[in-house]
Amino acid sequence: MRKNKRRNFREAAIRAFFFTCGILAVLVLLGIFATLLSTAIPAFREIRPSEFLLKTNWDPTSPEKAEYGILSMVVSTLMVTGGALLLAVPIGIGVAAYLSDVAHWRVREILKPVVEILAGIPSVVVGFLGIVLFGPAIAKVFHTGHGLNAANGSVLLAIMALPTIISISEDALSAVPAAYGEASLALGASRWQTLVRVKLPAGLSGIIAAGMLGMGRAIGETMTVLMATGNARSFPHGFLDSVRTMTSGIAIELGEVPYYTTHYYALFAIGLVLFVMTFLVNMAADVVLRKYQEKER
Amino acid sequence: MSPETSVAKIETRDLDFYYGPSRALKRVSISCHRNRVTAIIGPSGCGKSTFIRTLNRMNDVIPGTRVEGTILLDGKDIHSPDVDVVDLRRRVGMVFQKPNPFPKSVFDNIAYGLRINGMKNKRKLEAVVERSLRGAALWEEVKDRLEDNAFSLSGGQQQRLCIARALAVEPEVILFDEPCSAIDPIATAKVEDLIENLKKSYTVVIVTHNMQQAARVSDYTAFMMLGELVEFDRTEKIFTNPQNKLTEDYITGRFG
Repeated sequence: MRKNKRRNFREAAIRAFFFTCGILAVLVLLGIFATLLSTAIPAFREIRPSEFLLKTNWDPTSPEKAEYGILSMVVSTLMVTGGALLLAVPIGIGVAAYLSDVAHWRVREILKPVVEILAGIPSVVVGFLGIVLFGPAIAKVFHTGHGLNAANGSVLLAIMALPTIISISEDALSAVPAAYGEASLALGASRWQTLVRVKLPAGLSGIIAAGMLGMGRAIGETMTVLMATGNARSFPHGFLDSVRTMTSGIAIELGEVPYYTTHYYALFAIGLVLFVMTFLVNMAADVVLRKYQEKER
Repeated sequence: MSPETSVAKIETRDLDFYYGPSRALKRVSISCHRNRVTAIIGPSGCGKSTFIRTLNRMNDVIPGTRVEGTILLDGKDIHSPDVDVVDLRRRVGMVFQKPNPFPKSVFDNIAYGLRINGMKNKRKLEAVVERSLRGAALWEEVKDRLEDNAFSLSGGQQQRLCIARALAVEPEVILFDEPCSAIDPIATAKVEDLIENLKKSYTVVIVTHNMQQAARVSDYTAFMMLGELVEFDRTEKIFTNPQNKLTEDYITGRFG
């Protein structure tokens, strides 16, 4: 009897503990969003939202007229991220296909953890590689003065997004029932045809989700792009231009901005825009994944 | 060991098969003839599925396996270096235990085997799809649903779809690996009728754990146990007057 009571109490305590943990996580997230929102909104007392989003000049400390157009930074972010995906998605799918389809199981057992460990490399180290290795290489190949530009950022972000893309694509491909592959081979398809026409389409939603999660990883990355893309505030006209992304813009200026000024609020507004962008990407990934799971049922 | 005197369409001679160190087939010699149904029966784990999968080299994809002995298709060794395995599988089609349509439309499932061979002509594809579905006795049921996902069909329909898909590439031999083990009795009857029909044009080999099915559909029956061929003869003889005590015990249900 007493034993029973004690057990019930423990059950309840454990349940309460986990419930608190769950609620806490949600509360913290909501808190971050609320802070971001409340600190960003005052910026629009002085800046017109359309100006903020569509003008390309960002010069909040100008002695004549402060300008708050973030379009250059938004475009830079999209360029660097898009370039990174252009590199990382094909390579990532290739590696995933190799791991799930071609590699000996022992090779896979070693390679997959190694790839996942790659995700743990600190971004400052990747940025360092960009400055001493990829940057000079890009400068040499394209005969530019220095290699601190959007292309460099794309290469580095591709490296950082690859582990996510490879790992999740590999999961998606491995989840394709073996029976599909057998059916295809038995019809006289080559392994390549089987991969391209049966396995990749069957795992497509998972692969798309992998790309989107990789994009989420790349779009919010700060330190690497701050170090390696050259920090030019001008509107980028190509991948060999130096750029400043939204993240590095915030990181550079927030340390020196006078608090509670329009400039200060505007930086939070950039953060809000970035938050909305990553939120949309993640939500799209979630929708795709869910659709995928429904189809499997 | 051939109960018929004509040249076999596909035959094995002293076939051994190994999964790593373990030997799954021991000197199996069976010959399968044109326009005949050859059934392979035996208790679970006797190697019958392994055997049928050697005939189109489906076991090649399993790492660590090894074949010894010969398999002849029209008298030519299918393991000889100048035989292309892709080409072999086109000639020797296969229907699996569980219906395994692709997650594509009914039409695309059947057109798949043709498209990988580069056929793009829509009209030709439509013709083959219809002919294959008719061949698998499925046309009437799905002719208005060709664009539906294959998973929307019932299990039995899916299995006939897989048969139609195999027919589309015009194989010479069709292998059935326990084709009815995952479908209901009515669907089973349909597939059996179909097999009866298919033998008019093809060489059919079927693995089954269902002895009545072997008795109903096949002309020849091979009884296997523990990787060895115990007895191989005309089906009626196997079921009425088996020569081997083990065969008799098995078909009378003393073990299984």
